[in-house]
Amino acid sequence: MIDKDPYTGKHILEIRDLKKNFGNTEIIRGVNLSLNTGERHAIIGPNGAGKSTFFHLISARIQPSSGDVIFKDQSVSHLKSFEINRMGLSRSFQVTNIFHRMSVAENIRCSLLWSYGYKYSFFKFVDHLKEVNLKCEEILELIGLTARKETIASELSYAEQRSLEIGITVCGGADLILLDEPTAGMSNIETEFAIDLIKKVTKNKTLLMVEHDMSVVFKLADRISVLVYGQIIATGTPDEIHHNPLVREAYLGTHADAIA
Amino acid sequence: MKSRKLAGMSPVIPIFLCLIIAIILPLIFKSDLLLSILCEIGIMAIFALSYNMLLGQTGLLSFGHAVYYGIGAFGTIHTLNILKHHSFISISMLPLIGGLTALLLAIIFGFVSTKKSGTTFSMITLGLGEMVHSCSVLIPDFFGGEGGISGNRMIMKPDVFGISYGPQIQFYFLVLVWLIISAFFMFFITKTPLGKMANAVRDNHERAEFIGYNPQKVRFYMTVLSGFFAGISGGLTALNYEIVTAETLNAGTSGIVLLMSFVGGIGSFFGPIIGAVVITMMKIFVGGLSKAWLLYLGILFITMVLFIPGGIAGILKSQSILWSKVSPLKLIPKYLISCIPIICASLGVILVIEMTYVFLGNDTNVSQAHLMIAGLTINTSNIFPWIASVGAIVIGKKLFELYWHYSWVPLFDILDKP
Repeated sequence: MIDKDPYTGKHILEIRDLKKNFGNTEIIRGVNLSLNTGERHAIIGPNGAGKSTFFHLISARIQPSSGDVIFKDQSVSHLKSFEINRMGLSRSFQVTNIFHRMSVAENIRCSLLWSYGYKYSFFKFVDHLKEVNLKCEEILELIGLTARKETIASELSYAEQRSLEIGITVCGGADLILLDEPTAGMSNIETEFAIDLIKKVTKNKTLLMVEHDMSVVFKLADRISVLVYGQIIATGTPDEIHHNPLVREAYLGTHADAIA
Repeated sequence: MKSRKLAGMSPVIPIFLCLIIAIILPLIFKSDLLLSILCEIGIMAIFALSYNMLLGQTGLLSFGHAVYYGIGAFGTIHTLNILKHHSFISISMLPLIGGLTALLLAIIFGFVSTKKSGTTFSMITLGLGEMVHSCSVLIPDFFGGEGGISGNRMIMKPDVFGISYGPQIQFYFLVLVWLIISAFFMFFITKTPLGKMANAVRDNHERAEFIGYNPQKVRFYMTVLSGFFAGISGGLTALNYEIVTAETLNAGTSGIVLLMSFVGGIGSFFGPIIGAVVITMMKIFVGGLSKAWLLYLGILFITMVLFIPGGIAGILKSQSILWSKVSPLKLIPKYLISCIPIICASLGVILVIEMTYVFLGNDTNVSQAHLMIAGLTINTSNIFPWIASVGAIVIGKKLFELYWHYSWVPLFDILDKP
């Protein structure tokens, strides 16, 4: 692994007045957010609040209408997704996004290649890249899929695919991990496993996650931001958010308006 | 396909056997026809393998791959004509010139076509293919106009080993050596970071972006490499026929290579070679028997697309998995019984095609609308032969489905149980 110096600044990610509109519809209406290096930060909010769009903007899957995303003290809003990824930002998707016709081990190995500097090489055997294969075994062990490593990814169960997705996301050694609803659609036991896994893989890293399941959020997050109707209405510790009247109102009172 | 979990037979032994056959066959049967078929197969095998680097491995459906094949052929024949006898490179290395010519073109064309994947990519390759084909009319000096460009491979000095490549058998072994070298390198590429990422981009190009790769570049490198190997096969074809016409780079040639790869099986590395063998044989043997051989090819292709998307290699793979659990000898009766409905349906198809051909070809003179086949005379203006042959197709298909369901499916079910 090429040893990248870990980022030591205070805020690994800063979002300044980020806006996005599709035609006349404003989805993100000026979001400001600073992510402390090393924290686990969750974004919650009602359906249609723009959480996934927000993620897409940070990871440059879509371009913002205005505003700026600053990652490691560098503006990245003009960069391509793969360039941001190479800087150390990795993300997962709400809908499982894996290499479905390849085996589990291949999925992980491919996700490791760039970070080990192999780029587009076509004169090296992947099987002979020792450090990649060792790291691959390590990641498989971590996500609990060692026994399934030769299985074609599309044949895994849903929860296994979600674990693989997390494995793909973290194995490149990114400093900032974005997880989009990592436990959605899981049973209780699977959710417990996923929480443990997320805790393990994000050790010494910064995590930004979107999550619907409040129990997961309260177990994992150091801080929570509430995104309602394209704006962050509150940021704070789980306790503060829990007792914040604005949040309660957004979730209980004006819920219908927020969706509209 | 649950059966994919189980490993099939290792391909090493079959490949070795095929190689021995490919070497021994022309030494035993000294037939000119056999030699020219084998040369054609070898050349098309390289071409189809290079095509599958795009279709099977990168998920790019190209409609203009013959451009690289053709330009390789033209590059080689022009080099041959320019260098003549005072050449410093030997004729056995000339296909490399074809490969390099195609590589240069692939760098330019690939830059345009690989900007997008999916349907857009296909459309761009179609457009580029047509563009080059129309150039062949506009620039007759390079493309030789209607007559093509001819050359003479004997004109060069003999090789270091004193091989002149005058006799076809010497040339055949040159093709074989190039096939082995090309196949080796193409196989090697599938095991490298680029090859693996090509699969990743095929499966999910968006995800590839979020693990640090630029999918456009992966597609580009694969196109360039694939163009290089297509150029090598083009160079061999130029030396084989000693004439290159604009036909080598038209859409028809692009279509044939797509057919070969698909019929052989795009999911397996060696599938396209099987496709090259089958389609070349069909072209020569069915083409010799019936003027409608392209119709047969079309029906074979549609049947494969609809019912056997894994191609011939896919069938072999699933059967070899079966052989690891059930003795192949015990399966022989099953194979024989399976053949009955297939033969029945095939006869129906043959009759329909031949009758259509005769019927449409003679429809001004109904009295002559008779098909002579296998010693029989069939009146195609009569409705009964039509009903009978369509019936044979329907019954054959139904019988095969029933036999498959009651006899083969339980066998595969046993495999899925641990």
